[in-house]
Amino acid sequence: MTKSPRILEVRANVLKDNDVLARSLRERFAQTGSLVLNLVSSPGSGKTTLLRQTLLELSPRYRVAALVGDLATDNDARRLAESGAPVRQIETKTLCHLEARMIEEHLQDWDLRQIDLLFIENVGNLVCPSSWDLGEDLRVALFSTTEGEDKPLKYPTLINTADIALITKIDLAEAVEFDREAMYRNLREMRPGIEILEVSGKRGTGMAAWLERLERALQTKRSQR
Amino acid sequence: MHELSIATNIVAVAQEEAAARGVEVEAVYLRLGALAGVVVDSLLFGYEVASQGTPLEGSRLLIEEVPLTIYCPNCQAEFELAGIQSLRCPKCQELSSDIRRGKELEIVALELKEQP
Repeated sequence: MTKSPRILEVRANVLKDNDVLARSLRERFAQTGSLVLNLVSSPGSGKTTLLRQTLLELSPRYRVAALVGDLATDNDARRLAESGAPVRQIETKTLCHLEARMIEEHLQDWDLRQIDLLFIENVGNLVCPSSWDLGEDLRVALFSTTEGEDKPLKYPTLINTADIALITKIDLAEAVEFDREAMYRNLREMRPGIEILEVSGKRGTGMAAWLERLERALQTKRSQR
Repeated sequence: MHELSIATNIVAVAQEEAAARGVEVEAVYLRLGALAGVVVDSLLFGYEVASQGTPLEGSRLLIEEVPLTIYCPNCQAEFELAGIQSLRCPKCQELSSDIRRGKELEIVALELKEQP
């Protein structure tokens, strides 16, 4: 006679360590009133160009900083540092996403009271970053006009965790016959009500609305303190 | 391939739970939502790698896949969706952002090794 297996019920969130850390980061950001954005996209969507422009335009009026995740090289950090803002590279080696512990480690000697807006540029990847909460206020998913309108349908898990969808390289829309209507429909199919903005970091198109959106989020956060 | 990181987390959490109860683990039961963004085969492979050299080496990972379920305010009912490309109610075709199930990534049970 075989004994029935002994099953022990447990209830444990697999990513609980990350989530606990993300929560404590979020509390720190709330105390200092720093607005934190997590930028997620595939490689080559124009994240770094947009971020560089954003840092340049915000830095006369706000204290801005950036953490940049890449598997290797600090090329992006160097490009971003040209804006004059404090920028730090997180080399993830083999990891395809950023985790809360990496954010915590790289912020250790930063005085968050000196930062109004902190941008986290995630590793270029549309799948893996969606599972990891970094304590951010807003998760921004970037899709470029050159990637095709069905990207949101191919990567629904990411869209589902995003607050804002940024359509980048909008200056190329005509050249690549970008179907705006299909893109909006696909984004909303997976994330009804998602906010959508169109920008070109290179030409400056739509930058005013994007910057205004960031300022508004910062004001809201400050008013909650 | 973030499945290896997730597998590492599964091993760590399961080990922690087992150690707290002083038991040895034969299998780990995982509930995995369709929207968790995890590929089952990669996770199983990752688990084998991640459990090597730990007390969980040789144990099995048993995965229960949970389909995406939404609540439709229009129909006032929950609906299980066939895919994850749309949050449209299969009955009235309205979009709903009220996700009830499908994001799970949790250990629900441990199967214990039989004591000799």
